[in-house]
Amino acid sequence: MRAFDYSRADSAERAIASHRDGAQASYLAGGTTLLDLVKLDVMQPSRVVDINRLGLDRIETLDDGRVRIGALVTNTALASDERIKRDYAVLSEALMSGATTQLRNKATTAGNVMQRVRCPYFRDGVSACNKREPGSGCAAIGGFNRSVHAVLGTSEHCIAMHPSDMCVAMAAIGATVNVEGPNGSRDIDFLDFHLLPGDDPAREHALEADELITHVTLDAPIGGSRSGYLKLRDRASYQFALASSAVIVAVEGGTIRDARIALGGVGTKPWRAREAEQSLIGQPAGERSFQRAAELALQGAVPYRQNAYKIPLGKQAVVRNLTTLTA
Amino acid sequence: MSDNIIGAAPKRIDGRLKVSGAAPYAADHLPEGTAFGYGVFSTIASGEITRLSLDEARRSPGVIDIFHHDNFPDLHRSPASFAEGNMVEETRLPFEDNRIYYAGQFVALVVADTFENARAAAYKVKVEYSESEAIANLDQGVAAHGTEAGSSEHSRGDPASAFDGAAQRIDVTYTTPVETHNPMEMHASVAQWHDGQLIIYESSQGVVMQKGALSKIFGLTPDRIRVESPFIGSGFGSKLWMWPHAVAASAASREIARPVQLVVPRAQMFTTTGHRPETRQRLRLATDGNGRLVSLRHDSINTTSFTDRYVETCGSVTKSLYHCDNLSISHATTRVNRGTPTSMRAPGAAPGLFALESAIDEMALKAGVDPLAFRLNNYAERDESLDLDFSSNHIVEATRRAAERFGWQDRNPEPGSMRDGNEIVGYGMAACNWEALKFGCEARVSLRADGSAYVTCATQDIGTGTYTIVAQAVSDVTGLPLERITVRLGDTSYPEGPLSGGSWATATTLPAVAEATRNAIDQLKSYAVSSRGRFSGVDAGELGFENAQLVHNGERIDYVDILSAQRLASADGRAKTSGADNEYSYRSFGAHFVEVRWDPGISRLRVSRVVSAIDVGQVINEMTARNQVEGAIVMGLGMAHFEATEYDHRDGRPVNNDYAEYVVPVHADQPELDVILLDYPDYQFNEFGARGIGEIGTTGLAAAVANAVYHATGKRVRDLPIHKEKLMDDIPEARSA
Ligand SMILES: Cc1cc2nc3c(=O)[nH]c(=O)nc-3n(C[C@H](O)[C@H](O)[C@H](O)COP(=O)(O)OP(=O)(O)OC[C@H]3O[C@@H](n4cnc5c(N)ncnc54)[C@H](O)[C@@H]3O)c2cc1C
Ligand code: SF4
Repeated sequence: MRAFDYSRADSAERAIASHRDGAQASYLAGGTTLLDLVKLDVMQPSRVVDINRLGLDRIETLDDGRVRIGALVTNTALASDERIKRDYAVLSEALMSGATTQLRNKATTAGNVMQRVRCPYFRDGVSACNKREPGSGCAAIGGFNRSVHAVLGTSEHCIAMHPSDMCVAMAAIGATVNVEGPNGSRDIDFLDFHLLPGDDPAREHALEADELITHVTLDAPIGGSRSGYLKLRDRASYQFALASSAVIVAVEGGTIRDARIALGGVGTKPWRAREAEQSLIGQPAGERSFQRAAELALQGAVPYRQNAYKIPLGKQAVVRNLTTLTA
Repeated sequence: MSDNIIGAAPKRIDGRLKVSGAAPYAADHLPEGTAFGYGVFSTIASGEITRLSLDEARRSPGVIDIFHHDNFPDLHRSPASFAEGNMVEETRLPFEDNRIYYAGQFVALVVADTFENARAAAYKVKVEYSESEAIANLDQGVAAHGTEAGSSEHSRGDPASAFDGAAQRIDVTYTTPVETHNPMEMHASVAQWHDGQLIIYESSQGVVMQKGALSKIFGLTPDRIRVESPFIGSGFGSKLWMWPHAVAASAASREIARPVQLVVPRAQMFTTTGHRPETRQRLRLATDGNGRLVSLRHDSINTTSFTDRYVETCGSVTKSLYHCDNLSISHATTRVNRGTPTSMRAPGAAPGLFALESAIDEMALKAGVDPLAFRLNNYAERDESLDLDFSSNHIVEATRRAAERFGWQDRNPEPGSMRDGNEIVGYGMAACNWEALKFGCEARVSLRADGSAYVTCATQDIGTGTYTIVAQAVSDVTGLPLERITVRLGDTSYPEGPLSGGSWATATTLPAVAEATRNAIDQLKSYAVSSRGRFSGVDAGELGFENAQLVHNGERIDYVDILSAQRLASADGRAKTSGADNEYSYRSFGAHFVEVRWDPGISRLRVSRVVSAIDVGQVINEMTARNQVEGAIVMGLGMAHFEATEYDHRDGRPVNNDYAEYVVPVHADQPELDVILLDYPDYQFNEFGARGIGEIGTTGLAAAVANAVYHATGKRVRDLPIHKEKLMDDIPEARSA
């Protein structure tokens, strides 16, 4: 860890202004990603702007039925909110499957959206890594890539998976990221927020310089649906997903009326599987249609040296989740 | 001896200190003026340092000094002898020269006024290397330079021809990966010098051994060195011997004339403080037509470092567990660019029994015999490797009792035949085994005028409960309640005690403590019969001692009154007891039965139930003993299907050396555990009949899991850990790297 300036903001405007002042500034929310990487010397901000006192810690239901979550709502508070548990079970379950109680108590909604990849070559501070040191290469390709690397959305420049569970649920639900910046506020569709690595893995999200996430607004729930999050890993807790699925499904008389599917652990961003969803609509809820959806969800997956198993595992996450929710 | 306190289940006497945060661990000792060290660690696995740029780091706030190979003081190497009491596993001193033998090796040490300043400056040290091709793993080592024949070999009969002529044979190879100890408490040293005397607080499983090594390295007489380790957040073997950080902290402290604290970061706990090495083990077994073993060969290779040779004695158990006239074991090593390996809970036996007990399962199947019946039919009745009787061996009873409790008779032998909803259930078993060891030990006990007893011994309590059982031993001899017994351990100014390792601390320490207590009572008696004593004129030999009282012809006097009547502070006793004799083979035995559940629809393997019966002689403390076995079983689960330290095969650098990516079992992974402690005192071994319990539970467990996995899935996994991809079907070929 290197020394940095620290300031605590009491309004969004002030926060943005002091972020703008610092050459290498970072917002500080729960700190569970930021301080970890600062201590590892992987992130080297010269200024840290503490945003914990912005009052962005409420969960509100909007008139149109959407739910607006303040950027600083903790993962614990969000997971245990009654509305979330009732209308967005998939989100509550995804949050509860992540990290540990202590981390969830600190981690925030915006911080979770913004968390960095777990790739060891990124975190070691010295390996070739296009994300950390653009143009240096990607040590994960051809190296150790069993658990925290993706099979979907990869490029020859970066194959790190997006580690979040919460974001997978949000991708399935549908959401908007509300941001404020030096030039005012704007909304970004959740699915456009995280970027594929392509040839510029250092660019991870759609935020412009100094922009601050103020809220994440969830689409209104799908009436008559059931939802759930299934996370597959080695041990039973405290591990990032090797593959996971967030599924929302509405069945009427044995026929699927609506479905939303997103995958975690396998994609370089929270992975919405639209073709898989489409294939289900109007189909009977059963093994065959689930299998077909799973095939479509993993379509185009590229297996790397040690993570080919994630392709069948991702399919299993889809099929079992659908099976349980429609049983 | 009163028999109620030995074998009872009193709570840890140091429990309150620990849970309230009052117990001082090594890094908590911060003498006035302490400076803080932070290491700079090699980022290559093999090569040389060509340039160190220190200017930016030197200018960093709070920096006091930076040590490296050009300015580190000249020290001596320790001869690294266990017998001499100066064992270290990594003999190369830190900063000896500019050579790099492994990634994560100390290349510099920054000392600053605060921990944060030291770390910030350490990140500013720039190191340039000339990198050589690294030997990244066992296969690469064997391919590059073959193996060196090992030690601890044993052979009897003619295993090769017995194999060739046998009815049924198997020839199989197993591998185990590097495992890393990962105790909760980091390795840490706080070193300070006073008038040429070194005092060091260390998280150590062996303060006496560390003192011996430091005295050789610094060229000091032992009386100039004091090592203290009152509390240890466990070690699992990684803290048996001193590692380079302790030498670095001690030397830096002397150079800057201030106390220096140095904590090894978690990432380097994987590199510079030992690990269980990678092994490859070939097992060749053969049976006659009746399913009796006629030939058994166990040949293992393990990785070691380029600086030192560590042998993982995988065949140590193989030579005596089963009856077999034609048997051989061998151990070879190959050098790789990793730090020096070391003992990790049940060294040799843990990887060795994974291989042997998997092979026994394979052999039983090949011979068409139930694996339980096969074992009962083949267990050795005496130690054929030493040609000695076992002092006490109840493995047959242990195996039968655990089998019955587990419900082995309900097992349908057909693989994959036992279903429960989405899950396929598998049953597996394995024997477990560990040598019982005992060394010389000294202890001192004072019966004090305030009614307390005060015990000192330079052994350690590494979290296992040594403080508590030492108090139990004193209570047993004196009748004093535990609250009135103060135990002090982990300090070389106390009488010499053993390493806390090898499951020998209990068997070694308790006899010395009991003897010292009896000697203190004898001194008390001599005071009592002296001219000014309360039993003046009585023959000391006629005095009894019961419940903290001296007894003579019905007259009872509290020992406090004996002492205070003469204005004496205490009656003291010392003792020095000896190690084990060679009259018997002393071993502990047991068996594990494991139920696994494989859900093929989501490729989830979990261990759902473990029943283990363990025969370790007399159990001293029911609670801490059970706790040891349960913890050992959970560690075995880690070995079975989670743990592996991964190294990049291209450059030998560790890649999952942190606590998030090195996967150990968490609470949610703990199965139902049912531990049966057989409790047959082994009085051949010592007066308490106790053989020690820390390691045996880890042995055999991984094999029991692998055998259960075979039963559930029909897949024989011979390479640990049993990751899900080893059990999945339809995995596509990797198209990219
Ligand atoms: C050991 C460990 C295990 C974990 N396991 C899991 C897991 O299983 N599943 C999972 O999903 N996650 C897991 N996590 C990640 C955890 O969820 C994230 O670290 C956490 O959500 C980040 O939130 P935070 O508030 O602490 O963010 P911070 O660390 O404060 O910030 C993270 C980043 O976001 C930026 N930022 C924060 N707030 C804003 C804002 N309002 N606008 C713009 N930028 C902002 C910061 O500048 C920083 O770059 C784990 C983390 C750890 C350390
Ligand atoms: S996968 Fe991405 S994060 Fe990892 S080394 Fe490659 S570029 Fe860096």
